[in-house]
Amino acid sequence: MSVVTRILGALAAPLVAVVVAMLITSVVILASGGSPGEFWSIILSAPADRVYVNIVNQTSMIFLSALAAAIGFRMNLFNIGVEGQYQIASYTAAVVVGAALVPGLLNVALGLVVAMVAGSVWAGIAGVLKVTRGVSEVISTIMLNAIALTLVGYFLNTYGVRAGNSLRTTEIPESSQLAGWTPFLDRDGAVWTLCVLAIVAGIAFSFVINRTSFGFDLRATGMSESAAVASGVKVGRMVVISMMLSGAIAGLIWMPAFFGAAHTYGSTFQYGLGFMGIAVALLGRNRPLGIFFGAVLFAFLNEQSNRLTLESDISQNVVQITQGVIVLAVVVAYEVVRRRQVAAEQSRVKRQLDATKPTTDEAVSA
Amino acid sequence: MSTLTATPAPPVEEASRSRWTWLVVGVGVVIAVSAVRVITGEHEIDTPGSLRAALIATCPILMAALGGLWSERAGVVNIGLEGQMILGTWGAAYFTYFYGPWVGIVGAALLGAIGGALHALATVTFGVDHIVSGVAINIIGLGAARFLAEAYFADLDGGGPRQLTGLDRPPDITVPGLSDAANSLAEQHWFIISDIASVVAALTTRLNVMTVLVFALVGFSAWILWRTAFGLRLRSCGENPQAAESLGVNVIRYKWIAVVASGAFAGVGGGFLSLVASSGFVTNQTNGRGYIGLAAMIFGNWRPGGILTGSLMFGYTDSLRLRSTSAVHALLLLVAIGLIVLAIWRFKGKRTQSTVFAVAGVLFLVWFMTTDAVPREFTGMTPYIATLLVLAFASQRLRMPKADGQIYRKGSAG
Repeated sequence: MSVVTRILGALAAPLVAVVVAMLITSVVILASGGSPGEFWSIILSAPADRVYVNIVNQTSMIFLSALAAAIGFRMNLFNIGVEGQYQIASYTAAVVVGAALVPGLLNVALGLVVAMVAGSVWAGIAGVLKVTRGVSEVISTIMLNAIALTLVGYFLNTYGVRAGNSLRTTEIPESSQLAGWTPFLDRDGAVWTLCVLAIVAGIAFSFVINRTSFGFDLRATGMSESAAVASGVKVGRMVVISMMLSGAIAGLIWMPAFFGAAHTYGSTFQYGLGFMGIAVALLGRNRPLGIFFGAVLFAFLNEQSNRLTLESDISQNVVQITQGVIVLAVVVAYEVVRRRQVAAEQSRVKRQLDATKPTTDEAVSA
Repeated sequence: MSTLTATPAPPVEEASRSRWTWLVVGVGVVIAVSAVRVITGEHEIDTPGSLRAALIATCPILMAALGGLWSERAGVVNIGLEGQMILGTWGAAYFTYFYGPWVGIVGAALLGAIGGALHALATVTFGVDHIVSGVAINIIGLGAARFLAEAYFADLDGGGPRQLTGLDRPPDITVPGLSDAANSLAEQHWFIISDIASVVAALTTRLNVMTVLVFALVGFSAWILWRTAFGLRLRSCGENPQAAESLGVNVIRYKWIAVVASGAFAGVGGGFLSLVASSGFVTNQTNGRGYIGLAAMIFGNWRPGGILTGSLMFGYTDSLRLRSTSAVHALLLLVAIGLIVLAIWRFKGKRTQSTVFAVAGVLFLVWFMTTDAVPREFTGMTPYIATLLVLAFASQRLRMPKADGQIYRKGSAG
């Protein structure tokens, strides 16, 4: 298979998926009595300045979330628990930073470390259960998601500070708040400082996966566990470590918003980023660059859809259908492409075998 | 449970002995519950009202678990249950509003089945990873239900962009005479007699037809999956699809049927939520019950009797949200007694396990004696923690279908 067809194959699948999703969305809107033309003209119109800022902010958080999921996926480990991990981590970090144990920027660093540790511990539970007791990480992380939600709710109800109608953690000191960068007017909002975390994490991810022996072991385990075991990879250790790494990144997901805008864990907490991250990781084939484009796409759809409420009768929730269909269509497309490639490979090998009748060794290496 | 003997007992004897074990367990549970009730004076733990609430909370979980059973018995993991269930809540509301509750139930099944068909298309036909497809279906289901609610319910009578109330309920059944007698007997708070009367009262007073339907569907599924040729073939697809195919079973078709049925069952579970368990449709009504259903299925070891037990337990804990915290506190004593009995029972065979149970039992006893209320949130966590514990400590006793979650391609039997 040549490089060109390979690249075309990789790009074709997401494009086909997006087109399919657009078609299905249009059909759904049409069936419910709306106008697809109106929908797409609103979604595809140029975003306002404020929306640009939001898209950047949301992209960074979705990107982090997808990166967290991708680490597990790269070694066939289904960390469905990103949602719970970032909830636990965000709450813990909010409590510690709110306590203002250390001054200023040191407090920010402390908060990030705490978030990563909390996230990795929560994810580590699933890793340890898998390695020691053989519990499927899919089931345990689903259970841990629900436990995390209730546990955080309990702590917030018990130790939270009342603000209006809801409870929240203590607001972080002003010296630890990170204002961010305002590219437009003040009222259009700021790109949060910690969005930079997404870039750092993306580069680190790429480096660790592609340039270190750990990353090699991780990829090897994902491609063939038996081959990895045969070449001396301690799979059990790898499972726990990658689960914890995944959890550590998950811990960072909400940090840009926390230090940039929310300043407290409460009603402003953004739920659902974990599941969105899983979807984006699948869309981007667990590669940082692919994930980046996926995150931009999802953030764009989310933010542009807000305009639907004001400018049309179409519910903005329709973009959730679009997003879900994109993911489903893209995984189907990838699978179809993969099967095609395998079939092509097989027939190519067969042709060569028939033509030259070499020994088996040569046929395998060909 | 009954096969501790070295030589395998004949099946008939084994079955009857297993029945005896369950009978003993059942009687033991009734005695223990009754004793706890009398000792603590917390009659609320099994008043007819409490049991009725528990029954209603059980049904959606049971239907989701049953959906999981169908799908996983055919070898397809379905974590899209939550999404299919939520589609069912919308379907039930929409069809009930226009055509009455009976069509509403069918509508719930239909919408759930659409979710199931989507899952089948992705996993069975295209061979996509089951978990991946399930995650996508949950996203689609949640989004679709929200979108459809806003598109169709906003202008209806009693409706809004996020809700639809004032729906006709499927009828309730009260058995005349028996219901009154059982209710008044239950109010006497006698030892054991009142507890049994409570159960009778809960089953004979304002019992919804849909509840009966749900339990009938469980019995029907157990019969069809374990007592018919169709069921044997379906389960063979989950155990060893290659072997099944070599015997002429159309594996792909059976998997499709199972997954679509799975979605339909989950959908009915969602429909129960909007028609019976509450006074109408609200967006995001399932609130994770699809996942609890999944937990109940694993807890129940992929068997109908097991999922029934698991769902009843989880349904009961789910219904505790509405009870007083002191009643929940009384249940700590029940858990302590249960753990200690378990410790004594396992003492002969497995010492370490027995010790763990004993220690846990004593801890619960201490918790019971040193506090006088349990935070509400803790009851909500019970199903999930129970499932994690069962998976962690009793996974040797669990046996999922052998080819569960594996991607099957036609003709791979070779």
